[in-house]
Amino acid sequence: MKREASFLNSSIGMKVIMAITGIMLVGFVVGHMAGNLQIYLPAHDGVRPLDDYAVFLRTMLHGGGIWIARGGLIVATALHVWAAVRLTKMNRDARPVAYHAPVYKASTLASRTMRVSGAILAIFVVFHILHFTVGKFTPFEEGKVYQNVVTGFQVPWVSGFYILAMLCLASHLRHGIWSLMQTLGFNHPRYNDLRLKLATAITALVVLVNISFPLAVLFGYVKLS
Amino acid sequence: MELKSNIPDGPLEQKWDKHRFDMKLVNPANKRKYKVIVVGSGLAGAAAAASMAELGYEVECFCYQDSPRRAHSIAAQGGINAAKNYRNDGDSIRRLFYDTIKGGDFRAREANVYRLAQVSVNIIDQCVAQGVPFAREYGGLLDNRSFGGAQVSRTFYAKGQTGQQLLIGAYQALERQIGLGKVKMHTRHEMQELIVVDGKARGIVTRDMVTGEIESHMADAVCLGTGGYGNAFYLATYAKGCNGTAIWRAYKKGAAFGNPCYTQIHPTCIPVTGDHQSKLTLMSESLRNDGRVWVPKKAEDCGKKPSEIKEEDRDYYLERKYPSFGNLAPRDISSRAAKQVCDAGLGVGPGGRGVYLDFQDAINRLGASTVAAKYGNLFEMYERITDDNPYKTPMRIYPAVHYTMGGLWVDYNLMSTIPGLFVLGEANFSDHGANRLGASALMQGLADGYFVIPYTIGNYLAGHKPDKMNADQPEAKAAAAAVQDRIGKLLAVNGKSTPTDFHRELGKVMWEHCGMARNEKGLEKALELIPEIKERFWKDVKVGGSGDELNQSLELAGRVADFIELGELMCMDALQRRESCGGHFREEWQEDGEAKRDDENFAHVAAWEYKGEGQKPVRHTEQLSFENVHLATRSYK
Amino acid sequence: MEKHLNLTLQVWRQKNAQDPGGFKNYEAKGISTEMSFLEMLDVVNEGIIKKGEAPITFDHDCREGICGACGMVINGRPHGLRERTTACQLHMRSFNDGDVITLEPWRASAFPVLRDLLVDRSSFDRIIAAGGFISAPTGSAQDANCLPIPKDNADRAMDAAACIGCGACVAACPNASAMLFVGAKVSHLGLLPQGQPERTSRALDMVAQMDAEGFGTCTNHGECEASCPKGISLDNIAMLNRDYLKASLTYRPEVESGGF
Repeated sequence: MKREASFLNSSIGMKVIMAITGIMLVGFVVGHMAGNLQIYLPAHDGVRPLDDYAVFLRTMLHGGGIWIARGGLIVATALHVWAAVRLTKMNRDARPVAYHAPVYKASTLASRTMRVSGAILAIFVVFHILHFTVGKFTPFEEGKVYQNVVTGFQVPWVSGFYILAMLCLASHLRHGIWSLMQTLGFNHPRYNDLRLKLATAITALVVLVNISFPLAVLFGYVKLS
Repeated sequence: MELKSNIPDGPLEQKWDKHRFDMKLVNPANKRKYKVIVVGSGLAGAAAAASMAELGYEVECFCYQDSPRRAHSIAAQGGINAAKNYRNDGDSIRRLFYDTIKGGDFRAREANVYRLAQVSVNIIDQCVAQGVPFAREYGGLLDNRSFGGAQVSRTFYAKGQTGQQLLIGAYQALERQIGLGKVKMHTRHEMQELIVVDGKARGIVTRDMVTGEIESHMADAVCLGTGGYGNAFYLATYAKGCNGTAIWRAYKKGAAFGNPCYTQIHPTCIPVTGDHQSKLTLMSESLRNDGRVWVPKKAEDCGKKPSEIKEEDRDYYLERKYPSFGNLAPRDISSRAAKQVCDAGLGVGPGGRGVYLDFQDAINRLGASTVAAKYGNLFEMYERITDDNPYKTPMRIYPAVHYTMGGLWVDYNLMSTIPGLFVLGEANFSDHGANRLGASALMQGLADGYFVIPYTIGNYLAGHKPDKMNADQPEAKAAAAAVQDRIGKLLAVNGKSTPTDFHRELGKVMWEHCGMARNEKGLEKALELIPEIKERFWKDVKVGGSGDELNQSLELAGRVADFIELGELMCMDALQRRESCGGHFREEWQEDGEAKRDDENFAHVAAWEYKGEGQKPVRHTEQLSFENVHLATRSYK
Repeated sequence: MEKHLNLTLQVWRQKNAQDPGGFKNYEAKGISTEMSFLEMLDVVNEGIIKKGEAPITFDHDCREGICGACGMVINGRPHGLRERTTACQLHMRSFNDGDVITLEPWRASAFPVLRDLLVDRSSFDRIIAAGGFISAPTGSAQDANCLPIPKDNADRAMDAAACIGCGACVAACPNASAMLFVGAKVSHLGLLPQGQPERTSRALDMVAQMDAEGFGTCTNHGECEASCPKGISLDNIAMLNRDYLKASLTYRPEVESGGF
C-alpha cells in the first residue's frame, strides 16, 4: 500500500527534518551569539569573562557537555544537509527543462538562493572551526579565546570573510525561520504578520551582533589590553 | 417509429415511487457482469458514472477534455433549485414542478418534471454530504436566494461558482471510483460513432485525441451525457469544445431527436466586439436582482456616454412592459425585449447591439461595498473583459445562445428510441420544455445522473443478458471503418477555408434566421443556405496535419461538419412548429409582442427520425397531456 | 479604445512527447486590443492552417476562466503577467505594439508536453483519486441542514475549493511543486465536518501520490500563490503540512485482525 511509504521518504517528511534541524541550528546560533557577547565585558581580576565562559563550556558535566552539544550539532547539520541534498534532487528532477526567461513575482532572492547561502555557510563553519577551535590562519594560543578573537579579527580579510558569511546567514536565516514555521504548520491569519516579524527580528539580532565583533575589533573598540 | 413515453400510471405524486417499485432489479452479485459506457463527464455524466459504479456496475467513462473536471457544467454561475422550503416561504415540490412546467411554456412532460422536483431535495443532501461548500448563514445553515424570476427563495449557491462546486463534487465521487478501479476513465477521447448490434446500443467508436487511434469500446448499455448543441450558432456561452457529435451520431443511428429548435438565449451576456470574437461570456442572471436594464428613448442619444443621458430620456423597458416582474422577467422574455429595442435602433455600443444594465440605483441604495460583496467577482470579470468599470458606468449586455432544451428524445426512463442508449442532462430533450428556468440545468443534470439513471438502467439491464461482446462484431468494425473513412475524407479535401470559417458562416445563418425571433421566410432561406454551406464544406475545407497525431483542426472540422447538419434539422423543426413557445419565437404567432402558443395543434413533442443521407427526416409527435396543470398563458406582466 | 498591434510571437513548438522541441517565431499583425489572448492565437492559427502548416496546439475550453483547461507560460509567467487571470481572460490591451511575446508550455516532469503548449495534467486527477474526496455514495446522505457548518469555515472551504486545477502553481514554482493544489483540496475538505472521517488517510494518500508523480517539494517561495488565477492562499499549504504531520504521527497501520 502507498501508505507504507514512510514519513521520512516523503517530501513533507524531509521538509520537517529540515525544519526541526533548522530550529536546532537557529537555537545554536542564537546561543553562540549570546555567549560571544561576553567579549564586551571588562576583564575581572585579569581574567576575561569570555575566557572564563570557554572554560565553563569545556568543563561542564565533567567535560562531557561540550561533546553532547557538538554531537547534537553534528547530527543536526548532517541531517539538514542530507535532507537539503535529497530535496534539491527531487526539485531538479521535477523540472528537467528550464524556462526560457522565468519572471519571479513572490519569491525573494534569499528564498531562491538557500542552497548557495547554505553551501557558503557550510564552508564558513569549517573555516570557523579551523580558525578558532583548531587554531589555523591567524596567531592562536590555546585557552586564550579573547586574545585569539582579537588577533584574528585584526586581519582585514578574515573579518571581511566573517562579515560576508554573516550576510549569507542573514539571507538563509530569515527565509529559513519563516519557512520552517510554514512547514510545521504554524500559520494563522492573526499571527502570520508576527511570524515574518519574528523571523526578521531573530535574524537581525543574530547577524548584527555577530557582525559587530569583527567591526569592534577593526575599529579598535575591542583590543588587547 | 413508435414514441412510447413509458410514463407510469397513477397519480402524479406517486408515479416515481410506484415506478421504482415496479422496475426490475439486477442481483447485486450480477451487477459487475454488466458494463456501462458513459460519454461525457459533466454533472450528468460524472454523477451517473460514479453512482452506477457505486452500485457495482463496471463503468467506462469518456470525455474529450484532459480531465473530467473540466466539463462545461463548471461554468454555471447562479445556483441550483431545490424544493426544500428552508425559507418557509411557501415552496413545495408541487410549486417547483408548476414553476418549471410553466416556465417551459407547457411543452414538457408532467411526470418527468414532477420527478425532477421530487428528487431536487435529495440532490442538495447528496452534494452537501460530498463537501460542496454551499453558501451558509451565520447560524451555519444553508442560505438561499431567489433566482431567475422565481417568487420563492429556493436557489442554493456557492458564491458565483455553483456549477464548478457541484461538478467538483461529482468529479471527486467519480475519481474515487476510478481510484477503486470501478470506473475506467478515458480522457481526451471523443466519441465518433455509436455501435448498434441487433437493434441495441452496444458500444461506441472513439478517437484518441492524442494518438489519433480509432478504438471500439463495447458495453451492455451506453449513456450519453454530452451536453447541448448551442455551438451550432458559433458564438455562444458554451465552451469551445462543446459539440453535438455524440448525439448527432446517435441520431443517425436511429435515435429520435426531440424538439431541436428549442434553444435558450440568455439575456445577460457581454456583447460582441468584433469578428475575432470566439465565444460569448455570460454575466450571471443574479445581476438582474439589483441591476436595471435600460436603453435611451431617442436614437440620437445612443452614441452618447450613458452618464450624459438624463433620467427622463432613459427607457427602463423591462420595468415598463412587465411591471410585476420588471428586470427579473424570464430569460426568453428579457432576451426578446432586448432584441426588440435594438431592432428599433435604440441599442448601444458597437453595432448597436447592446443594452445597459445599470447598478447606480443599487449603489445609491445599498452602498458600493454591499454591491461589491454581492457582485464583486462578476464586476471584476466584466471589467477584465471590457475594460469598463461597472461601478462607474453601466454594463453593456446583449443576449446570447446559452442552452438547448432540445436533444435526443427519451422516455420516462431516459432511454432513447434505441434500446440500451440512455441520454442524460442537457443532451436529452426532457424536462425544460420550450424554455428553461434559471438554476434548473444543474438540477436536471444531477437528477438524471444521481437519482434517475441508477434505477432505470437496472430495469433495462435486468432484461438483457451480459455477454461480454467484443469489438470483432461486424457492426463494430463497420462503425470504426466509417469513422476512419470520414476522417480520411476531411483530410483529403485540402481546400482553402478553415473549419472555423465554415463554423462562423453557419453561426451567422443560424443566429440570423433561427435565433431569438424566427419566421417562415427566414427559416426557408436558412434551409437553402445550410445545404449549400455543407456542400462547400466538403469541397473546400482545409484541415491540415494528419489523423494520427494531436490535431485540433481535425477535431473541429468533424464537429463543424455535424453542426452544419444539426443546424439544418433545427431550422426544419423551427419551421414546422407554427406557434411561439418559450425560446421558440415565431414572429407570425404573437400577441402584443408576446409569444402566442397554439395548444390545440402543438402541445406535443416533435421527434425527428433520420431516414438516411439525402432523405428528408420524418417528424413524429408525442402528444403531451396535462392533467395536473391548467395551460395558462404565460404572463409576466 | 480599440487599437491594433503588430506583435512577434516566440512559440515553443514540439510535435509530440518524444520530440525535443524548440522555439519558432511568428508574426501577429493587426491584432485588435479587444481580443483575448487566445483569440489572438486563433487568428495566428488561421493563418498557419491556410499556409498548410500545423497550427499551434494549446489547451482551452470554456474561455471564461473557470474550466482550468488553458494555460501557457506567457513571457516567463504562467497565464501571463496580469494577476488572478487565466490566459483566456487575458486581453491584448495588456500588450504594446511591437512586443515580442514568448510562449512556453508548463514545465514539469509530472506534466509531460503532449504537443506544443499542451501538456498532460492527469497526475492531478490521480492525486484526487488517491484521496481528494469524501466517501458519500449516492443516496446515503442525510438532510442537508442536519449538520450546521460555521459560515466562516464554509467560506474558507469555498475559497480553497475555488481551485480550477489549471496547474499554474506547478508551472510557477521554481521546484515544480504541487503543494498548493494538494493543499487546496486538503483544506477544502478538511474544513468541513463531512471531511473529518477521512482527514488522516486523505493527507497521507494524496501526498504519497503527489510524490510518486514526480512533483517537486515546497520551499515556501510563494510563486504558486502569486500566479494562481483564483488567488488560492499559501495558508492551504501550511494546513496540508499540519494535517500530514498529524496524520503521520497518529495513523494506525492496518492489521490483519485483532489490532486496536
